[in-house]
Amino acid sequence: MAVVQQTARPEGRSSSSFWTIARRDSLAGFLFIAPQLIGITLFVLIPLCLVFWYSLHEWNVLANTFTYTGLANYQMLLEDTSLPSVLGATAIFSAGLVIFNLSLALLLAVLLNQKLAGITIFRTLFFSPVVVSLVAWTIVWGFLLQKNGGINGVLLVFGIEGPNWLREPVTAMISVIVVQVFKNVGLNMILFLAALQGVPNELYEAARIDGAPRFKQFRRITLPLISPTILLTSIITIVGSLQVFAQIAVLTQGGPGLTTTVLVYYLYQQAFQFHFFGYGSTLSIMLFVIVAVLTFAQWQMRKRIVFYES
Amino acid sequence: MKAELSPRRQVFLYGLLCVLLIPFVFPTWWMVTSSVKPISDIFAFPPQLVPESYDWTTYSKVFELQPFVKQYWNSAYVAALVTVGTMIVSSMAGYAFARIKFPFANAIFVVVLLGLLIPSEVTIVPLFQMFLKAGMVNTHWPLILVPIFGAPSVFATFVMRQFFIALPVELEEAARVDGLGRFKIFRKIALPLARPALASVAIFTFLHSWNLYLEPIVFLSSADKFTLPQALTQYTDAYGGPMWNIQLAAATLTALPVLIVFIIAQKQFVEGLAHTGLKG
Repeated sequence: MAVVQQTARPEGRSSSSFWTIARRDSLAGFLFIAPQLIGITLFVLIPLCLVFWYSLHEWNVLANTFTYTGLANYQMLLEDTSLPSVLGATAIFSAGLVIFNLSLALLLAVLLNQKLAGITIFRTLFFSPVVVSLVAWTIVWGFLLQKNGGINGVLLVFGIEGPNWLREPVTAMISVIVVQVFKNVGLNMILFLAALQGVPNELYEAARIDGAPRFKQFRRITLPLISPTILLTSIITIVGSLQVFAQIAVLTQGGPGLTTTVLVYYLYQQAFQFHFFGYGSTLSIMLFVIVAVLTFAQWQMRKRIVFYES
Repeated sequence: MKAELSPRRQVFLYGLLCVLLIPFVFPTWWMVTSSVKPISDIFAFPPQLVPESYDWTTYSKVFELQPFVKQYWNSAYVAALVTVGTMIVSSMAGYAFARIKFPFANAIFVVVLLGLLIPSEVTIVPLFQMFLKAGMVNTHWPLILVPIFGAPSVFATFVMRQFFIALPVELEEAARVDGLGRFKIFRKIALPLARPALASVAIFTFLHSWNLYLEPIVFLSSADKFTLPQALTQYTDAYGGPMWNIQLAAATLTALPVLIVFIIAQKQFVEGLAHTGLKG
């Protein structure tokens, strides 16, 4: 950040006394951030105010009426009998996703951190779903998870009759979580791998000399030292899990019943399928509050959990 | 943990990795192979891991049923514009936040970071209304403008800022003493050094745009405007059920080019993502 200020000496070609280095720097700074700042104002801040404004209105698209109703939409939120299932599905989905994603990412990172010939080939392959188009990935999993699809076909070879994965409540939820985890776990895996490679080798050598078993080394050395990465990835993963939409829309359309209708999907249905823009906006506010609270809570937790910060 | 492993452990590790690899690799294999099987074989029992006969007409149907070439072009040019635009916007903003002293810099940075906290799903309703008023619904403008200037580019700005902060400042100071202006310093000195960070920004921005699904289905309504993710799900029969072989063929055409580029350039891909800013 430190910029050397040489206020006494005007820069080369400039003869004007008004355009001091500090003034020119201020102007340059504003010009550099202008596109981003205008964009954030236009596409984030104003829409955020608007969504709150909309949430206080009853908006009938067909009759083209827009009437102020105060907190009526929030009242509706409390009385919405679907909402408990939606929030439940969201919580189960996010929790399942984060736990499965982070533990698998850590396991893969530890395995890939071994000295082994051809390990980069494995790294590439584990990472490859990240670059496969999301909907293409979801379609092929949808195909595999059909009643007579590839997974049940393989199970049947071993004499097991598989369920209709996407049409039964429990297996549908497991399916959408698993499909999403395999798609994106490579990202967290790479971040963990970079963190593991940053742990000084001397620590393990010292522990080995002291006769500490591998598991204890992992628990006492590895985990504390990579805790900043664990925190970062868990924040990214949780916020990401609350935004999952395409997988639900393609695989289950929120079904069976409401079992996989997560908040974003419900929001989309209310606003863009049923045209309840007012109520949809109220759901948006709720999503915003949930994301904000979770991020803030995790950020607070870093003081207690994270061993050190770089 | 970097000690040499005993041969027995090595074999065990290879085995374990291969088993774990199945759900990562098999779907792609299954997508490609199923797309060339005749329709009667795609649900055959026992499953044909390698196609026993081929039917290439599926691929011509991909192009007959929808303007697939147009849709491919839509996705490609939108992703390209978004990628280049985000690289410009985020590198400039990131540089300013890292290097230039200007009034309210910290306050503005906090405001910009708000974009990280607000998923685009939260603002989709007002954005739709805004673009509707601007006459830009069923055009590609929302898919281009919002990612470049709005919330999605904030993460890129953050990555660029972290990178520039870590970059030694001496070279730029020398140039300043020589009387070079800010923009020239940025263009000629800082930006060329920022290639690794720019590369990872380019990669995740491209993937983000390429995968966008909610925004296209909200903003676009005619088939010749669709982007690929949306187009893939449109291959349905009269009852709305998916025409699996055609969807899989279209999915293969969508996924393979990116996958091939990735495998060629995997080192830059993976290490770029791991070693820039993302480490936090």
